[in-house]
Amino acid sequence: MSGLYSQHLHNRKVVYIRNGLIFVLLSLLAVVTLFPIYYMLVSSFGPPVEAGGASYSLFPKKISLDSYQFFFNFSKHSYRWLINSLIVSCSVVIGNVVFAGLAGYAFAKIRFKGRNFLFFALLCAMMIPYQVTQVPLYMLVVNTLQMDNTYVALIAPTFVTAYNVFLCKQFMSSLPTEIIESAKIEGCNQLQIYLKIIMPLSKTVLAVMAILTFMGSWNTFFWPFLVTSKEYMQTIQVGLKNFKFANTTYFAPMMAGATISALPMFILFFSLQKYFLEGVTIGAVKG
Amino acid sequence: MDTSKAIKNDTGSQKKKWFSKMHITGEDLWGYLFIAMSMVVFCLFTIYPVISALITSFQKFKPLGSIFVGLENYKTTFKSNLFYKSIYNTAVYTFFTVPLSLLISFSVAVLILPFKKKFQSLFKSMYYLPNVASGVALSVVWLWIYDPLPTGLLNSILRVFGIENHNWLGSSSTAMFSLILMALLAGHGSNIIIYLAALLNVPVSFYEAADIEGATFFQKLRYIVIPMVKPTTLFLLVTGIISSFQVFMNAYMMTGGGPNNNTTMVGLLIFNNAFRYSDYGLACAQAMILAIVIAGISILQFRLMSSDVEY
Repeated sequence: MSGLYSQHLHNRKVVYIRNGLIFVLLSLLAVVTLFPIYYMLVSSFGPPVEAGGASYSLFPKKISLDSYQFFFNFSKHSYRWLINSLIVSCSVVIGNVVFAGLAGYAFAKIRFKGRNFLFFALLCAMMIPYQVTQVPLYMLVVNTLQMDNTYVALIAPTFVTAYNVFLCKQFMSSLPTEIIESAKIEGCNQLQIYLKIIMPLSKTVLAVMAILTFMGSWNTFFWPFLVTSKEYMQTIQVGLKNFKFANTTYFAPMMAGATISALPMFILFFSLQKYFLEGVTIGAVKG
Repeated sequence: MDTSKAIKNDTGSQKKKWFSKMHITGEDLWGYLFIAMSMVVFCLFTIYPVISALITSFQKFKPLGSIFVGLENYKTTFKSNLFYKSIYNTAVYTFFTVPLSLLISFSVAVLILPFKKKFQSLFKSMYYLPNVASGVALSVVWLWIYDPLPTGLLNSILRVFGIENHNWLGSSSTAMFSLILMALLAGHGSNIIIYLAALLNVPVSFYEAADIEGATFFQKLRYIVIPMVKPTTLFLLVTGIISSFQVFMNAYMMTGGGPNNNTTMVGLLIFNNAFRYSDYGLACAQAMILAIVIAGISILQFRLMSSDVEY
């Protein structure tokens, strides 16, 4: 067995000591990385008093949910923020899985006129920074269409993203064309081919895409912040930002809010870790 | 099934002639049908805004009809000290966060390598966890860590070492440093995972050959691993620089660009011009400049990538 690390076959002890030291080092780094999240969780159980009025410790002395209460009492729409986030994220995920999947298949396997040009346009679009499109989009949605504070305004711009189309196309190109050809001979049309053959084969990539899209949509702040001036239409991220600017010194309730905004993602992460981690490498194969 | 029937009905004898004249086949129609929704969204929310941004950048926004002002917005931008300051701040932030982040991620990936798959996944998960929390949530947490009062976490920790209370985000000497530190301590998760995948792709035969030659660990690192992961490094470098140029959240949430505009970065500058001062024209002009810079970096990446595939 060769590798980057020498195996010290004559002396296994060296290997154990070396790996032990590396393990300790990596764990220390993990502690540093996870510390802000730990601190957020622990402090959220503290009492809702102003900073400076209380001393905080790294270990919870007693667990109280008063700060959560304080956060939810900040606005009568605070529960609605969570529901809004859920509605928007789920709609965006469904849109992307259905339509980015179809488009990805078309760009990968259907030979239609203008395919290369359209796909190239899509690729170029991925390089455009969001600052370019935000201002005109804001003017379009808020000033011209007057659609601010609607779900459509929150969902539509990311209903199908160029990135997800690209992701699906990359994966579906790798599927053998022979299956599609033989299905055609059997009399299947393209929609049947997609639903019965391509979709089942692309389950993993579609699942990864769904999860990453959900995460992106749940955590997005900028666009919902621009198009929701009414509190009852805001998402949890925008709500948390409002809370922060209104209560600059109430840190424990702020941590409670942050925990609430992050908790659904943590739960999702722990239950679907494999897909999250796979998503990182799938996303990196572009370029 | 239904869709296929609909299409068959559509292609009546009249239309059939027209289609064959244009050489549009059934295959073409399926293609267009499948990409239809993506294209609608793409045209409405990407193509239209880009064109509109270009036009707006030559206009002065007035609620009742904007007026054409030519290159005025671009001239204003290039004459404004704040623009140069924001470029400088962005450059400083990028220079300190991106290369260091790559170095940390690469080192950690190399250190994870000797462990069994189970431990590798465990570490990957732990390092990735902060990435799933939103930027707003993380900013709020770090705001408290940097709290200027003696009860602030960083101040409490440093007091143990006899370092005096400091207003981390509020004083011009440390505000930028604080934002950089936050970026360096949180979230190398995805970079580590990508590097690890690249490391696992290095063929074992290379190491075998090196072992026969009697190469040491550092020689293998220097002459096998670093050249082999070079495409990955380039990819991460460029995507890192691009996202660092667009950074907005931390400055907006934590310092508001202050003190004295010392943490105003390009993303925040554009935001302020557009949504605080309603100077849409100026904001679009600056966004255009940003887009050109980013396109330049991307093109440079493709050049480097294609000239550098030999190992």
